Amino acid sequence: MYEGAVQELIDELGRLPGIGPKSAQRLAFHILEADAEDMKKLVTAITTVKERVKFCSICGNVSEQETCSICRDPRRDPTMICVVEESKDVQAVERTRSFRGRYHVLGGAINPIAGIGPEQLRIRELLNRLSDGQIEEIIIATDPNLEGEATATYLARMLKTIGVTVTRLASGLPVGGDLEYADEVTLGRAFEGRRHLS
Amino acid sequence: MSKSSFASRTYRDDAVVLRTHKLGEADRIITLLTRRHGQVRAVAKGVRRTSSKFGARLEPFMVADLQLVSGRTLDIVTQAVSIGSYGEGIVADYTRYTVAAAMTETAERLTDVDGESATAQFLLLVGALASLSRGDHAPELILDSYLLRALATGGWAPSFTDCARCGAPGPHGAFSAPLGGAVCHDCRPPGSPAPARETMLLLAALLSGNWQVADSSDPQHRKESAGLVASYLQWHLERAVRSLKHVERV
Ligand SMILES: [Zn+2]
Repeated sequence: MYEGAVQELIDELGRLPGIGPKSAQRLAFHILEADAEDMKKLVTAITTVKERVKFCSICGNVSEQETCSICRDPRRDPTMICVVEESKDVQAVERTRSFRGRYHVLGGAINPIAGIGPEQLRIRELLNRLSDGQIEEIIIATDPNLEGEATATYLARMLKTIGVTVTRLASGLPVGGDLEYADEVTLGRAFEGRRHLS
Repeated sequence: MSKSSFASRTYRDDAVVLRTHKLGEADRIITLLTRRHGQVRAVAKGVRRTSSKFGARLEPFMVADLQLVSGRTLDIVTQAVSIGSYGEGIVADYTRYTVAAAMTETAERLTDVDGESATAQFLLLVGALASLSRGDHAPELILDSYLLRALATGGWAPSFTDCARCGAPGPHGAFSAPLGGAVCHDCRPPGSPAPARETMLLLAALLSGNWQVADSSDPQHRKESAGLVASYLQWHLERAVRSLKHVERV
């Protein structure tokens, strides 16, 4: 254990994802020894992001305004929604340039052991977006792993009753991985060859 | 590290994946129930990359023949050969998925300290996941049968016929989770639930694996027995099995 402020920093860093106690300690001492100006920039970046960046009130993607740039863009196809788990998946799909519709960010996948059921995700918000009848196709682009597939199964069953076309990215995506690691070509191809769920 | 010390820390075992956690950039921590080494937590490196050699073999509900290297806090998975890929049949149906989650969470809780019954728990879980994946029976019946048998294997065998406290021959009309199941008129604590006779028969069938009786049971008795199984599980595990409240019951 270190004295007050240093230990506090180690504890805070250790709460970040993927950072164990050893890494937290290493980062804390890096910060301690680093140039004060550089560290001020880091603090400002964190403060700004927390103050300015929110989540789009329509799709849940990160945004600096009430709604994100994709939801505001009139050139995007208003009849298609691509459902993803996280904001970083929006970036992955955007890179492929295969999709011109809009997005819906769920905020994760259904994972009962982790205490995440359908109610913990932005599924009700998705249903609300369907109420005006403008949406014709929903593309489910959750991760090609078990939780992602289970979430797709749940959504397909729910959306079946609404009468909208539901598709899932082609199974050409290797199973077990995260969407964000799929290369652009593979992901683009998965979009082209999406299959109907209902 | 010398080659011989690496070799001496390498071991091989069959395992079922109970759950996974993301670790760092592209790794996962895999919680396993093994056939011979009890519960094991191991790192699968690079498994989240779509180019991973592990593919779907280390996803929850999968059974694989693994090669591992033991480490100080976490072991490392170096090879995985699939033995049973039940995940696909399970995620194709949302109810099955919620049931499988409740079963693996229970298995994790029952084997985190008790290494003795681990082999029996491994076999029981693999059998239940296979049955669930094939759709042999209603998912909620497979779940309740699994829960009762897993608890029995863990040393908390309930009785649904003779009185769990005094042994008086049954059938009896009351149920007490703290006392271990069916209780006679003299032993029943005040306020004990009084389930239907058919519910007690269903519970006994689920515990013994009498599927003929279980499959032909009525929805109302399934519902009642599910509540009693949940209360029995809760009583013995202290902390709630959180997946249980997400289980869809038809
Ligand atoms: Zn938006």
